[in-house]
Amino acid sequence: MGLELPKYPEMEEDQVFNFTDSEIVSHVKQALASVLSGDNNSYNQLVGVMHHSKHLAPDEVALLETTLKALAGAVSSIDITHHDSLLSAIFCMSMWNYGPHVADALAELIVSLAISNGKYLDLCLGMLVSNFTPPPYFLDKLKMPHGLERKGQVLSRVHAAFKKIADYVPLAPLRLLTIVLQGMPTIYHKDRAIVIYVENMLKLESGEIGELVGSTILMAVVDRLIELDVEIGWDAILQDDFSKGIFEMELEDVDDIEESAEPDVGEFRLSRKSLAGNSIAELLDNLLVLTFEHLESCEREGRLAKVFETLLQSFRVTVLSAYKSKFAQFVMFYACALDPENCGMRFATMLADLFVQDSQPQPTRMSAVSYLASYLSRAKFLAASSISSMLKRLVDWCLEYCEAHDGDINPNAHRVFYSGCQAIMYVLCFRMKVFVDVPRLKSELLIPLEQVLKHKLNPLKVCLPSVVEEFLRQAKAASLFTVCKTFIFDGLLESELSRAFGGLERLDTFFPFDPCLLKKCDSFIRPMFVFWSMVKPTYDDAFDDDDDDDGSSDDDLVQDFVNENEDIMNDEFGKSFDEQGVDMDEFDYALKKMSITPKATSNYKFGGRFQEPARMPSRIRPSTSPESL
Amino acid sequence: MEGLSVADANLVMYLHPSKSRNVSQSILRELGSLLFKFNETFDGVLLAYDVNILDKQAKILSGVHPYFGLRLKANLLLFSPKPDMLLEGKVVKLSQESIHVIVLGFSSAIITAENIRGEFKYRTKDTEELFASKSHKRHVIKVGTMIRFLVKR
Repeated sequence: MGLELPKYPEMEEDQVFNFTDSEIVSHVKQALASVLSGDNNSYNQLVGVMHHSKHLAPDEVALLETTLKALAGAVSSIDITHHDSLLSAIFCMSMWNYGPHVADALAELIVSLAISNGKYLDLCLGMLVSNFTPPPYFLDKLKMPHGLERKGQVLSRVHAAFKKIADYVPLAPLRLLTIVLQGMPTIYHKDRAIVIYVENMLKLESGEIGELVGSTILMAVVDRLIELDVEIGWDAILQDDFSKGIFEMELEDVDDIEESAEPDVGEFRLSRKSLAGNSIAELLDNLLVLTFEHLESCEREGRLAKVFETLLQSFRVTVLSAYKSKFAQFVMFYACALDPENCGMRFATMLADLFVQDSQPQPTRMSAVSYLASYLSRAKFLAASSISSMLKRLVDWCLEYCEAHDGDINPNAHRVFYSGCQAIMYVLCFRMKVFVDVPRLKSELLIPLEQVLKHKLNPLKVCLPSVVEEFLRQAKAASLFTVCKTFIFDGLLESELSRAFGGLERLDTFFPFDPCLLKKCDSFIRPMFVFWSMVKPTYDDAFDDDDDDDGSSDDDLVQDFVNENEDIMNDEFGKSFDEQGVDMDEFDYALKKMSITPKATSNYKFGGRFQEPARMPSRIRPSTSPESL
Repeated sequence: MEGLSVADANLVMYLHPSKSRNVSQSILRELGSLLFKFNETFDGVLLAYDVNILDKQAKILSGVHPYFGLRLKANLLLFSPKPDMLLEGKVVKLSQESIHVIVLGFSSAIITAENIRGEFKYRTKDTEELFASKSHKRHVIKVGTMIRFLVKR
């Protein structure tokens, strides 16, 4: 063989062998060409160098680097059939195994190969995409500083390579998109590769070729989120131990929760415990956090509005049509929170538009209005004017519907109407205080609403009793209007009629933006989220007037108790009854605030068990609520 | 530049029933999905189209999914370079071994060293790479130059 690339055992500075780059390149070309004439020795040596990857001594590293650089110069001599062993060796190399210099040389080789011939383009892009995820042994090291450094190093080179290839081959992003989407790890991969893969996808979206591939990538990410979401069964969220019975709960458990946790974490203890072991939930949690952080960076770069359009479309197509999505919709919530005036309103408007369009299928319309109701109630960042304009739209639609339909009560025939009414009442349960204080709103909104509620179609009887009850209680306290019939629901969660209008999908108990049960997500969402405990219902005023200085401590006591437990009650036990999503807070909280003696009918209520006298505030106040039912 | 042609095509497009609400949009979308891809039937890459619907009525195919077939008439701009055609493109990368060219903004071509005329020598001048001609002093090829080349394959 001609010129052997020497190993440099102990190399001293002045003993460096001076081979010019072109000499090395021509040597490599020779080796490649010799395969065609049957002489494989030098070629095999080359392949051998490529395969040698673990525990490299410094001279071996230098050899590898030189070889890679030489190959980059000789790409035109590489033939896809004759040199397939070399090519497969190259494409199997992972940048994660090497230091920066070798990684650079490898990236350069891949880029040269990609642009030299269309045949290699897909293979090269595939190789780069496979470098999104580290080899299995490295996955654990990712958390450590050394691992993070390597990660930054590799990913920056990979994405820079994409850009270079796109510069020379304009249609490469199209191919890249297909390859990235095909290469997405499934959710069943044990090695959690999907988290870092999605991180890379989002990096692509925000990178220089983002304009070309961004929207498809985002939609693929949301698709994956929904896939994970539907994998988490509702039973994973419910309390595991049903033997305790829904209506009896050991007080000790409550104590444990209260004492052992800090106030803001304690609320979710029970429900999170059941989700804690759930690996899919953890995965979803991580992915959602990645997405949130990505949205934050989009907002910083001023791109959020554009990204939001894609998200909106994705929501419309994927999330809205998924059956009762549990957490994926919080992506929208967070995006809206980052830009309330534009994105926030855009989301609400889209949902309202969907609701009023006759051409949309019924479940879509009912879903949309449930999303809207939950969103308007829970979004801390929405201005009162926005909420009122949305509500007005809903009320106007309902009024029009009433005037057009003269029938009697019929849950099946007027499902959309009833879900609209329920939505309005639900939002008002959260926001009534706001509207009561503004007289103009009172007349614009509440007078037509009264007409709707008193119509023959009788929404008050059909809609979810818990919602109606709370709404009426607040309405009475605010002296908005009185209902001629008293509605005694006996603390029913739901009724025959509400089930009827809810249909098979049970859209009557769908409150999508109920508190998020995923831990990490929740820390993002919490600052902009309205918990029921934060809401001041209108009947609060009745107590405030009577209280002097001694009332406040009771309030605090009750408040604390409720704060720490209401979301458990809400999420846990509310959900432990068949379906979930019913907002138990309303009447639970109301009960706590109200009179001393639990009502005789409290057995039926979920909150019933909390009525145990031992837990009631020790200072007993006479009930001043005029509306004791 | 050779290789560009405008063709008149009579097409039949089969659409899924779900697209029947907005037919014109679906047609445009289908044709759009063909853009910048090599198409066997047209024997070239579709660059642009102008389409007219011939008949308001369409035949429904029998089968599990009743696709319906629409007759269209389209003007298609096609790019189909064949060997021994001359093309022009802009240089984007120069190296000792090759010149990389982009044709019509989307198609990439490479001219390897053995196919570059002997008179051109690779030089690096002030970190700028270029091919300079030995016979004509002012004739240089740099990044951004438009060049004309012959298609080999």
